[in-house]
Amino acid sequence: MRFVVCIKQVPDTTEVRVDPETNTLIREGVPAIVNPFDLYAVEEALILKEKFGGEVTAISMGPPQAEEALREVISMGVDRAILISDKHFAGADTWATSHTLAAAIRKIGEFNIILTGKQAADGDTAQVGPGIAEFLDIPQATFVRKVDELDMEKRTIRLQSMWEEGAEILELPLPCLITTVKELNEPRLPSLRGKLTAKKAEIPVWGFDDLDVEEAQVGLAGSPTQVIKVFPPPPRTEGELFADVEPAEAAKIIADKLTEKGLL
Amino acid sequence: MNALSIEEVKRDTEIDPGEWRGIWVFAEQRRGEIQSSTYELLGSARGLAGKLDVPVTAILLGNEVKEPGSLLSAGADEVLYVKNAALDHFGVEPYSKAIANLISERKPEVVLGAATFIGRSLLARIAIKVHAGLTADCTGLDVDTEKRLLLQTRPAFGGNIMATIICPEHRPQMATVRPKVMKPLQEPYNSKGSIHEISVDSLSNRVNFLEFVTDDTSRINIAEADVIVTGGRGLQDPKNFAIIEELAGLLGSAVGASRAAVDAGWINYSHQVGQTGRTVSPKLYIAVGVSGAIQHLVGMQSSDYIIAVNKDPNAPIFKVANIGIVGDLFEVVPKLIEELKRRKET
Ligand SMILES: Cc1cc2nc3c(=O)[nH]c(=O)nc-3n(C[C@H](O)[C@H](O)[C@H](O)COP(=O)(O)OP(=O)(O)OC[C@H]3O[C@@H](n4cnc5c(N)ncnc54)[C@H](O)[C@@H]3O)c2cc1C
Ligand SMILES: Nc1ncnc2c1ncn2[C@@H]1O[C@H](COP(=O)(O)O)[C@@H](O)[C@H]1O
Repeated sequence: MRFVVCIKQVPDTTEVRVDPETNTLIREGVPAIVNPFDLYAVEEALILKEKFGGEVTAISMGPPQAEEALREVISMGVDRAILISDKHFAGADTWATSHTLAAAIRKIGEFNIILTGKQAADGDTAQVGPGIAEFLDIPQATFVRKVDELDMEKRTIRLQSMWEEGAEILELPLPCLITTVKELNEPRLPSLRGKLTAKKAEIPVWGFDDLDVEEAQVGLAGSPTQVIKVFPPPPRTEGELFADVEPAEAAKIIADKLTEKGLL
Repeated sequence: MNALSIEEVKRDTEIDPGEWRGIWVFAEQRRGEIQSSTYELLGSARGLAGKLDVPVTAILLGNEVKEPGSLLSAGADEVLYVKNAALDHFGVEPYSKAIANLISERKPEVVLGAATFIGRSLLARIAIKVHAGLTADCTGLDVDTEKRLLLQTRPAFGGNIMATIICPEHRPQMATVRPKVMKPLQEPYNSKGSIHEISVDSLSNRVNFLEFVTDDTSRINIAEADVIVTGGRGLQDPKNFAIIEELAGLLGSAVGASRAAVDAGWINYSHQVGQTGRTVSPKLYIAVGVSGAIQHLVGMQSSDYIIAVNKDPNAPIFKVANIGIVGDLFEVVPKLIEELKRRKET
């Protein structure tokens, strides 16, 4: 089985703030991490590889420092990693990102299952996974919370794709793409040996000339969407804080509000 | 009946925005029931359509959908109903293909869908097929009437910033919209249009749908709920979740949970609110024993009204709460339950 996992390096969103003067993101000093959702994708690929054999390749599109993120997943057990990096790819939206990643996966060649996180913690779009599946014209299952069975003979995978009120049980032929949610597994921590391997690993960098893509379809130029304004979220209306009220009084305050809202 | 051709869609790179007119709303149905998020979208679409002076079209796929006419009274000028047994249950491949074909044929300038599990997966594939921009999980929509651009506003970076996004050179302009943020029309819309059934010939689907498993049906689904009572680690013990359940029962509300509560195994993941769980925007959110870590806040801070009970006066949840009660939940909540019972009786 050949697994390809797409991982993204993102700023730790808990630390991101907006500069009130310029309304731009303050990125300085914000640590970069592997998108937390992608770790479930990595873990699932490793679990399946351990059971059925094969190879796990991680790819990431991003600036040169995204290499760190790839080393991190190598330390978890990923076999090889490729960094997709080029100034032409900068500023890509989800259309251009999925286009470029799909081209990279085509270049990798044979694959059976592609895994992505459900969404990236910076953009939160959940669009790149399905976008890659569409470009590669393969079936997809999104928000996968459980893999029930990988049937090596039939070359199918049965899994649970999450909805608001439950989950669909689906059977997909390989090759296919799945996007992963937290419920799927518990990502492992890097092992000591993994860390050593990661330190020494060669991570090839594929640029614009290495992929079969056109300039007008990658990076900013290939992105249909444009961000025109960034601003801090509007502050919520000043709330009222009741610090010194008896429990019975507090209960009355809440109940009055619920009555006022017609909830009783 | 119109027949829809199922050839491959061409990816146009050069488009003339002037040829594209009208606002489309993807009408999401599950088990034949049109989802409330669709009516919210139609409410929002009417406002945009008024500014652009164009009709609103609802795109419905399915086989035995109940009351498709409700789409007209909820704001649609017409309904395109692609009817086929193969479309009864959602399948991303046949759905995306049928809708992409309709888009290429009829050229709407805006296509909206709800940012549900279905909507997000579906519109993402359609956007690639028709080579359109797609903005995810919008919480605000407006139009620049002069340039006929959809102004799409959404939170990013875990809700730390808001961004307004446009799509000037591609059509349609596509967006998914966060459920519960837009409001359905108050009064029925006096639609002059009708339901046009469209037949399709072959709709291939490589994904085999086996069955649907519903999570604990006794409980109300947090994504749909108008009121959510959420418990956090402050509850200390799984059995204490009973007081959250009791409060929720009295209010007819859903039960939410922080990640800490879910990770401790007190309640299952489908109740988790926040970055790794669900994003919710109910009319009322009551947080009990929840600290309000940023990852939790991003999932609930667009709620209309927030009440928080926490014994720590510095808990970040109070920054977003309309009413904050500093106190011990084991004292406050039982009193509240008492009070609510008393009021219900009288
Ligand atoms: C990548 C990532 C993703 C995450 N995603 C999510 C997510 O989706 N959703 C989420 O919720 N979290 C998420 N988290 C975790 C988040 O950072 C917090 O750890 C979590 O929200 C804390 O849950 P809590 O508020 O229940 O617990 P705590 O932070 O432990 O807070 C418990 C609160 O209860 C109060 N309390 C205790 N006893 C009482 C009492 N008797 N009466 C009244 N108040 C009391 C305490 O003062 C405290 O404020 C994520 C974290 C990471 C790193
Ligand atoms: N630049 C990137 N490089 C590699 N994978 C990515 C990149 N952007 C997004 N992905 C993958 O696509 C998923 C969804 O991202 P998004 O659609 O941006 O929310 C992520 O969890 C990653 O698995």
